[in-house]
Amino acid sequence: MTMKTLGSVLLTAILAVLILAPADLTGLGLPWGGFRRSDIDVLTLWLITAIAAMGVNLIVGYAGQETLAQAAFLGIGAYLTALMTKAGYPFVAAFLASGLLSFVVGILLGFPALRVQKHYLAFVTLAFTVFAWLVFRNEEWLTGGVTGIQNIPRPTLFGFRSKPALVYYWFALAMTVALALVMAWILRSPWGRAFTALRENAIRAESLGVDVRTYTLLAFAIGSAYGGLAGALYAPFVEFIDPSPFALGPSLLFLLMVVVGGMGTQAGPFIGAAVAVLLQNRLEILQSSNPAFAHLSYLLVYAILVMVLMAFCPTGIVGLWQRITAPRRRPHADDKGPILGQVKS
Amino acid sequence: MTTADTGATVLKVQNIAKSFGGVHAVRDVSFEVRAGEILGLIGPNGSGKTTLFNCILGQLEPTRGKVLVGDSDVTGLRPSQLNRLGVGRTFQLLQVFPQLTVTENLILAGQEHKGSRLSRLFGAGDAGLTADAARMVEFFRLGHLAHEKAGGLSYGQQKLLDCAMAFMAGPRLVLLDEPAGGVNLSMLANLKERLQAINRETGATFVVIEHNMEFVMSLCTRIIVLAEGAIIAQGSPETVRRDPKVIEAYLGH
Amino acid sequence: MADFLQLLVAGLATGAIYALAAIGFTLLWQTSQTINFAQGEFVMLPAFLALIAMNLGAPFPLAALIAILGAMVILGLTFKLAIVDPLIKSGPLPLVISTIGVGLLLKDGVKEFYSAEAQPFPKVFPETPFSLGGANFTYAQIAVLGVALAVIMALNWFLAGTRTGRQMQASAQNPTVARILGINVNRMIFYTFLINAILAAVASLLIAPSQFAKFSQGEQLGLAAFVAAIVGGFNQVRGAIVGGLVVGVADNFAPTLLSAAGLSSAYRQALPLFLLVLIILFRPQGLVGRKEERAI
Ligand SMILES: Nc1ncnc2c1ncn2[C@@H]1O[C@H](COP(=O)(O)OP(=O)(O)OP(=O)(O)O)[C@@H](O)[C@H]1O
Ligand SMILES: [Mg+2]
Repeated sequence: MTMKTLGSVLLTAILAVLILAPADLTGLGLPWGGFRRSDIDVLTLWLITAIAAMGVNLIVGYAGQETLAQAAFLGIGAYLTALMTKAGYPFVAAFLASGLLSFVVGILLGFPALRVQKHYLAFVTLAFTVFAWLVFRNEEWLTGGVTGIQNIPRPTLFGFRSKPALVYYWFALAMTVALALVMAWILRSPWGRAFTALRENAIRAESLGVDVRTYTLLAFAIGSAYGGLAGALYAPFVEFIDPSPFALGPSLLFLLMVVVGGMGTQAGPFIGAAVAVLLQNRLEILQSSNPAFAHLSYLLVYAILVMVLMAFCPTGIVGLWQRITAPRRRPHADDKGPILGQVKS
Repeated sequence: MTTADTGATVLKVQNIAKSFGGVHAVRDVSFEVRAGEILGLIGPNGSGKTTLFNCILGQLEPTRGKVLVGDSDVTGLRPSQLNRLGVGRTFQLLQVFPQLTVTENLILAGQEHKGSRLSRLFGAGDAGLTADAARMVEFFRLGHLAHEKAGGLSYGQQKLLDCAMAFMAGPRLVLLDEPAGGVNLSMLANLKERLQAINRETGATFVVIEHNMEFVMSLCTRIIVLAEGAIIAQGSPETVRRDPKVIEAYLGH
Repeated sequence: MADFLQLLVAGLATGAIYALAAIGFTLLWQTSQTINFAQGEFVMLPAFLALIAMNLGAPFPLAALIAILGAMVILGLTFKLAIVDPLIKSGPLPLVISTIGVGLLLKDGVKEFYSAEAQPFPKVFPETPFSLGGANFTYAQIAVLGVALAVIMALNWFLAGTRTGRQMQASAQNPTVARILGINVNRMIFYTFLINAILAAVASLLIAPSQFAKFSQGEQLGLAAFVAAIVGGFNQVRGAIVGGLVVGVADNFAPTLLSAAGLSSAYRQALPLFLLVLIILFRPQGLVGRKEERAI
């Protein structure tokens, strides 16, 4: 119980820091000038990335499937939101529609793939990402093709314009917290237990009445819906979208960042997204300021980081942290980690 | 209720056959199980017992034949659908969910029988099964382990949990594949007594695959012997024990 | 009819190259349950090794040899020792993730340290056309087809006709039994990785003259290889060959079919998804694959 209260205190503290740190507090008499605009935007991007990563975590970390399409779902949400808000629909409608459309596309995609076998979902989502990207690129009448869609409005909420970077950041933070709570609810419901069960041993779960196909499909569709919702927040954030962030490469990165953070843990997606977003941001700054690092591209560094982590700690940063803080509490039987190896199917 | 035959047929297996490529694992097996019975299914290694279970339970598609539970034809149903019709099972190789606690394993085993799918998302996190799980834990004498991760239990304890999971939803028919395999003597007595108690109290019907002859002979009311995929003998434990064909099948292998 | 023949031969030529990549992919899967998401980059890289050798003054045949040897060292030996061996015991997912990492590394490495531009590659076989029965072919197409088929036949002979090949097959089908029979399974797995590297290198050298060499090529090549493997039947070398040819031919007919359907020929790249869905719906075990039933 004390662990639990300690946890909530810690979470509240982190949340308070996230709310206050970027703001200029000198007006309140505190010696803190807040973050620069560009740094606030990095934080916002982190939150949006984390939402999409939460979805991947549900699919990969909890339900034990593989998805390589999260960037495509991000794109579906982003384009739909851009089109709807530019056509005058309220943001809320666009946001919900983005989640719903991604959910439905997830069902349509997962239904055939999951009839066959596990790895097929990976290949189908891979091929789908390529297809979605082609649609974004070629259907100019709808998506603007390579020139994309410009001037996507930031929403007005309760009379507040979210145009300033800080206001939009707070808005994104509120949405992230809400979606994290929804995810926590799902995970502690019987659905969450069923997801974990089908990751650990689908055949046994099926014999206990767990409809493995339906639950796998649901996990995939809900996870994809998180991608769509992240996309809905992404479009007004960047105010201009084109097909490039929704290609295959970024889809792979979403999968990697969840693994880096720690699959099957609720902190994993946030940590993984932080590493990915910060690494990219800092390396870009370094590259442009110092020619000696010109070839130190983000992907290169990230790929090496992933491989090293997989070799030494497949349970990701969260697993690494657990190993450091409680080296004796983890018996040998746990060494394989939660996600790995023991799936019987 | 007693273990005596109450008449109604719970399970009817009609001409089931299954081959894997050229291997005929099960050839034309038919039998019936009546309510309240504890039927033993024995036979040498590789005689097709597990394959027969898998065909009955929808885990494998039989090459030929039909399966009826009660009066309804269940051939071709998926295992989860069969389970929700009240048919439980355990596997030959122990299968629990190591990352879930004992209680969570049991709640999982019961949750799909409660309410609608949506109520399982929006309703209580334990699907109202915490009390049932606690009772089941006590019943199988695992009370002190209720909040341990299942992966941390001893082999025998996991085997008990495996069985307990099969009973969580109150099934009318349970197929147990070598429940005694790898379980030590005192645990074995415990297991047998628990199974008999459930049979007595709920009238549930069992089909038990087992190599431990003493265990089968004392637990079961009737025994079917399988050899090379076909039934070679059936009857009371005594008749089967004395049947020369059975002795031949076991020794001449 | 002449058009048809022309497209068919062009398709078979591309398809034979896809088949090489798909065979390697299937072999790795069979022997070590490695799903190599970097397979496309494996086919992208060797052409650059050859380019580097040529930049240093090597004539093409020597450069090709260097590319093949380099691939064996980097994509065979190093990949096996540094990536697969340490991870294989942690289960399938970390390995999958790492191969994705390898793909990114190869792709971005070539981009950063060689060039982001498409690189022209020497035309090994003459592109001069000739016509036969009204249809036009190039000598290069025929040569590519010939070389790829020769390599496939050599591989088949090796797998079926030599002792080592049969040991490799035994190791793939049942490692436990193979071990009992005294086969050094680990060495057999290692050979598979070498063979995969050679196949990738040959595919790379065959495809580079017609498509140029570009760092980002792996995406499309990899997808073609995966889909070829699945379409043919995930578990069989024979399947990968059939699958590769089917994907190659479909790829060459796609623009005609797309324009007939009033769609942009850009959607040619969507062919993999289309084929995948078709095969999943109508023949999930693949064209020549067998249905598998798991023991429980
Ligand atoms: N999935 C499968 N693929 C191919 N052959 C199989 C498969 N499952 C079982 N068999 C074969 O079918 C036969 C019967 O196997 P089964 O597992 O049903 O025997 P069993 O009676 O349960 O044996 P045991 O007492 O050892 O558990 C054996 O020859 C086995 O090798
Ligand atoms: Mg058996």
